[in-house]
Amino acid sequence: MMRLLAALLLLPLSGALAQQQSGEPSGGAPSVQSAAPEVGAGRGGTGNANQPASSDPQSVTGGPRPERVAPKPRVPVEPITAPVPYSARGGVEAGALEAQHAEKGGVISGAVSIPNQAAGILIQPEGRDWRGFRTRILSIAGAVILLGTVFILAGLYLLRGPQRIDAGRSGRTIHRYGVFERMNHWMVAVSFVLLGLTGLNITFGRAVLRPVIGAEAFTALTWTGQAVHQFLSFPFVIGLLAMVVLWLRDNLPSKVDVAWVKAGGPMAKGHPPAGRFNAAQKALYWFVVGGGILASVSGYLLMAPGLLDNVTSQQWAHVVHGLMAMVMMAAIIGHIYIGTIGTEGAFEAMATGQVDYNYAREHHSLWVDDRLAEARRTAVGAD
Amino acid sequence: MARMKFLCDSDRCIECNACVTACKNEHEVPWGINRRRVVTIGDGKPGERSISMACMHCTDAPCAAVCPVACFYGTEDGLVLHDKDLCIGCGYCFYACPFGAPQYPRVGNFGGRGKMDKCTYCAGGPQQDNSAVEYMQYGSNRIAEGKLPLCAEMCSTKALLAGDGEIIASIYKERVQQRGYGSGAWGWRTAYKEELPA
Ligand code: HEM
Ligand code: SF4
Ligand code: SF4
Repeated sequence: MMRLLAALLLLPLSGALAQQQSGEPSGGAPSVQSAAPEVGAGRGGTGNANQPASSDPQSVTGGPRPERVAPKPRVPVEPITAPVPYSARGGVEAGALEAQHAEKGGVISGAVSIPNQAAGILIQPEGRDWRGFRTRILSIAGAVILLGTVFILAGLYLLRGPQRIDAGRSGRTIHRYGVFERMNHWMVAVSFVLLGLTGLNITFGRAVLRPVIGAEAFTALTWTGQAVHQFLSFPFVIGLLAMVVLWLRDNLPSKVDVAWVKAGGPMAKGHPPAGRFNAAQKALYWFVVGGGILASVSGYLLMAPGLLDNVTSQQWAHVVHGLMAMVMMAAIIGHIYIGTIGTEGAFEAMATGQVDYNYAREHHSLWVDDRLAEARRTAVGAD
Repeated sequence: MARMKFLCDSDRCIECNACVTACKNEHEVPWGINRRRVVTIGDGKPGERSISMACMHCTDAPCAAVCPVACFYGTEDGLVLHDKDLCIGCGYCFYACPFGAPQYPRVGNFGGRGKMDKCTYCAGGPQQDNSAVEYMQYGSNRIAEGKLPLCAEMCSTKALLAGDGEIIASIYKERVQQRGYGSGAWGWRTAYKEELPA
């Protein structure tokens, strides 16, 4: 008690205490000892604020205030509509909304408070269409295209047999592909075949392989196959780009190609003239480059889902990838047939880089003329 | 056996996200994966409504139809569960699922998908019931303990119902009858080819 009294005495008496004691004779210990909390700097005041002595209304400080003008409503006035009765609010009905979206497509979505904003899609009836594509269209069309190609080629081989070199082998060869061209071709070829096989395992393995080897073994195989598919995408794409650089010039379409097609192309009697690549080879080239780019871009979008955080786009990426893969595989099966057992003398071009002179004369007459003319020029120049 | 279903009464859901939190906690679902989420349609506008959504355990499940390794299996209760030891993380189930239920940790090659994770209806996976390995892969198995999914069990407004499809449908119908309105059972048409009266 004594300590409290002493503390009070020591307080600077200019502020709150002095005010509280107004009316009392000053000097000496105050009779009222309940110290009202000081309104000081620490409390947001100015440090010497007055403590009101009574609850009478205080006069306004700081001079007269400007009269407040009530805000005027904007013209024209927008009436605030009364809230809809609760029972009639937002007349959405789940079943009807789902039916409508299932009919017309489009997702039912809203806001979510989790970081994954893609989760805002509540219902995406398109999943049903994509399921139909995956389980019916892609697998059935893929099987039909691939098996159909194999059957047609088998029939062709049995009925017509391989296309022989009409003049027979000359015994002399002409240089057709450099070592870099061949290495690049085989890099693309090997990765394509493995991409195709691992991809087909994704499409058909469940129905074909899984019942035979069992669920665990099939997952182990597919798991490895998926990694192979992903890693081989890089040599495939790099090789494809190298093909663009190496063979673009020789694959630009020209008038000769029109004549080649008009003459009947591969069905023609005799051999219509062609440059380094004939029109069919050019068509395959552009198909593989274009299709390869589409398959690669869509493949990477599937592979790294972070790139496309939207289920609808991912479905489209898969549709493009699956369809492109199937038609490219069919085309490449045809390419493999023509390049191996279908045409006498063709395979050695990519194996050794040399083709028989007569083969070159028959299939690529204009190219041979060019090569000979160039050889003569250099020979003359060297003289 | 009963045909287990989920039903979210969006006229009751207050978007408190307790179901989301309960699920994450019960199963120790990893960061970045949400087996359940609450979607608010028309957020901030009159008539906004929130729906808690997870795997609906569809009849004729699209995810199971497209899985290239066929890792899904159905249970006696009509649940759609999957075997993580078989999954290759291809993402196809996510493309096919109408409800965006399948989720993936980003652990594959090139930031690709890891093994799929989704709502198990608190029923674990193919491992031994309530074993440590089952808990690690799928979370707890409340169904094996005779309990219903935790999200619905702890929903404060009982908006989210889980249980036998016919029982929860009759609870919902009774509510609609009593209060005179209801926006229907979200996802039921898509998941079960069945609609409840609004
Ligand atoms: C070059 C880049 C490519 C990339 C990045 C790529 C990536 C992918 C990915 C991520 C998938 C999804 C399946 C899974 O994750 O296991 C896939 C599927 C598939 N890919 Fe590729 N791929 C590429 C090229 C190719 C090529 C050239 C072919 C054809 C020879 C091909 C054939 C397939 C097939 C058939 C499927 C299965 C489609 C299905 O059944 O749903 N891919 N690819
Ligand atoms: S909600 Fe999605 S994940 Fe669940 S059963 Fe249906 S399709 Fe499969
Ligand atoms: S991600 Fe797994 S569960 Fe889903 S479809 Fe692919 S393999 Fe099947």
